[in-house]
Amino acid sequence: MFKIREKEFLSPTIARFVIEAPFIAPKRKPGNFVILRVSERGERIPITLVDSDPGAGTVTLIVQGIGKTTKELLTKNVGDAIPDVVGPLGKPTPIHTNETIVCVGGGVGTAELLPITRALHAAGNIVYSIVGARSRDLIILEQEMAAASDELFMTTDDGSYGRKGFVTDQLRDLLTSRKVDTVYAIGPLPMMKAVSGVTKDAGVKTVVSLNALMVDGTGMCGGCRVSVGGKMRFACVDGPEFNAHEVDFDELIIRNRSYSEHERESVQRFEESHACQARGAEVAP
Amino acid sequence: MSTANALKPSQRMKIPRAKSAEQDAHERACNFLEVALGFSVEQALSEATRCLECKDPVCMTGCPVNVDIRSFLQLMMVEDYAGAVRKIRESNYLPAICGRVCPQETQCEAVCTMGKKHEPVAIGKLERFVADYESLRGLFVPPAGAPQRAEKVAIVGSGPSGLTCAAELAQKGYQVTVFEALHEVGGVLRYGIPEFRLPRTVLDMEIGRVKDLGVEILTNFVVGMTATLDELMDTWGFSAIYLGTGAGSPSFMEIPGEGLIGVYSANEFLTRVNLMRAYAFPDTDTPVRIGKHVAVIGGGNTAMDAVRTSLRLGAEKAYLVYRRSRTEMPARDEEIHHAEEEGVEFLLLTNPLRILGNEKHEVRGMECQRMELGEPDSSGRRKPVPIPGSEFVLEVETVIEAVGQSPNPIVQSTTPGLKTGRKGVVEVGEKQETSRRGVFAGGDLSRGGATVILAMKDGKTAAAAIDEYLNGKRDLVVVAPETAVPQTARS
Repeated sequence: MFKIREKEFLSPTIARFVIEAPFIAPKRKPGNFVILRVSERGERIPITLVDSDPGAGTVTLIVQGIGKTTKELLTKNVGDAIPDVVGPLGKPTPIHTNETIVCVGGGVGTAELLPITRALHAAGNIVYSIVGARSRDLIILEQEMAAASDELFMTTDDGSYGRKGFVTDQLRDLLTSRKVDTVYAIGPLPMMKAVSGVTKDAGVKTVVSLNALMVDGTGMCGGCRVSVGGKMRFACVDGPEFNAHEVDFDELIIRNRSYSEHERESVQRFEESHACQARGAEVAP
Repeated sequence: MSTANALKPSQRMKIPRAKSAEQDAHERACNFLEVALGFSVEQALSEATRCLECKDPVCMTGCPVNVDIRSFLQLMMVEDYAGAVRKIRESNYLPAICGRVCPQETQCEAVCTMGKKHEPVAIGKLERFVADYESLRGLFVPPAGAPQRAEKVAIVGSGPSGLTCAAELAQKGYQVTVFEALHEVGGVLRYGIPEFRLPRTVLDMEIGRVKDLGVEILTNFVVGMTATLDELMDTWGFSAIYLGTGAGSPSFMEIPGEGLIGVYSANEFLTRVNLMRAYAFPDTDTPVRIGKHVAVIGGGNTAMDAVRTSLRLGAEKAYLVYRRSRTEMPARDEEIHHAEEEGVEFLLLTNPLRILGNEKHEVRGMECQRMELGEPDSSGRRKPVPIPGSEFVLEVETVIEAVGQSPNPIVQSTTPGLKTGRKGVVEVGEKQETSRRGVFAGGDLSRGGATVILAMKDGKTAAAAIDEYLNGKRDLVVVAPETAVPQTARS
């Protein structure tokens, strides 16, 4: 069992967890993820490792409540245990040196981007970061990203914070005003696809981290298969990072919708039972 | 040899082979309960009595782990069923599993003397009977252990190969730790083989017996990622390692349309259902998509498991699409027979060309081509050749590919100096030794794809070699890269 040591909400739907995982903590590298299961009847889902403290034997995860499993995870508190956490999985990010790099994070993808940004910055690269979200209340990790970047640009779709518009608007400006070697982009698939389109036109190498559906996370199910450069690759063991310009985003966007109806049903059931629990708590003495 | 059996051989030959009761085909196609119900005590006794007690028990040589079949049948003849299963456990620590999933018809029963003129003794069903008998009546007595040893041995993978190796080494007194990547123990026995062939209670019971020997099992631990092989030896203090990580990486046909919604590898499909219990969704959280019409591609046991599982999930029509004919199918006869009984429609000599989708990119059909058999190919099987103009579209909403697996690459890619062959198969010598000193490997990882019992045989061989190795014969068991012989696939 993996005990929760700390929990903090970064936004109404996004929380940061520090979890006891003594074997994983010393092995975590930027780009790695874990697969976890929240309950005995739970599904296995991949979540990026944001940070770790080998001395304390803990890892940090940042989770947005979107599906049933992530919503259930957000109900867990300090002292609760998560039954299964396995990792670190996936290939770690190869850390370049002597480059000018733009790190683009969208929504909760910023949490996945943070450890990579930190590592690239620590390796002496010039790092410009762009963090975008739909609106101000969904912006997370601004200070952490600022500390890991030479310059940080914020955007919101509705203009409630930073520049009004998309991360790609800011990226276009950066690509025209500065010489950029590599772009890292992590966020919702449509965002990564849009970034990839911009950088392809500009001829700038781009790396994306793909959040495909997974079961085992160790190369056994093939559920996370993605088309990269016309070849079938498994996001869990061949990735999760790939050359954005070779990724068939449309196929992945479709595949990630495979269970949207099931997910809706699951979430609805969870929220109904959860509401009952909440009512129960109200009437309890 | 004295015999408890008063019947003369000629009398024994007159006894008909007992038939194990089975769930009705129509009923069972809608549930996940076990198909074969097993022998009654009377049936088992009558069947055991058929054994001719040959002076040279050839059945033993037909068994990959050399179970003393004659002796266990003789114990059955005097109704010492618990003694019989103890006799089996001397050479096979997973009798309730093997009695269910072993292909006896090509092993012990294939060489049974009775089988020359009559039907062979039902050795497999009898093995299952005594294992169940002992378990149901709580008669299990743990085998006497050897004095404790200080050395620690790591087993990577908790499938049949790893569990067998662990049980053997624990009985020799070693400190054994099994590392399992998934959250549950059993490997392919858990995620691959469906409950209607191997009930979870049976699997849990036999894993419990291995744990009772003092074996520690760590789940959620991916060797190669959570700790490398070198770290296990240098930091964790393991003196020897057995790799039994299987062949879990699924192959795809690589035909157009595999990215559509509703296309699965058999591994993913079976893992969702068996390990994650998707059949109980939404009471469990893992879903699986099952269409009214399902096509499973392949002719092996995994294909049979997937197609029969499809029926149980509610498919109205389940097709088994195989490009050769029935005689070339690698699946066990019993599995093919059960699938037919349950209503699976076999489309033989049929080769998928592409998978077709609707505007939502969901599977709606599969274009196939009829084949005919030509000259034998390198595998000795007649090669299927397309018949021009025979293309047709099969209406299906789910496509499951069971077209082979290769070893999972994680351990190989994180272990310097571990010699591998084609498709990442780890090369081993006669004693399952690898090119790395103190590291042994077996099962599907070194075979590429075989059976539960052959994986167990490798685990046993490796356990004996590890014992030898740890008793000081350290140079005996390091395979030189040039002497490494890849074992033949599919026995």
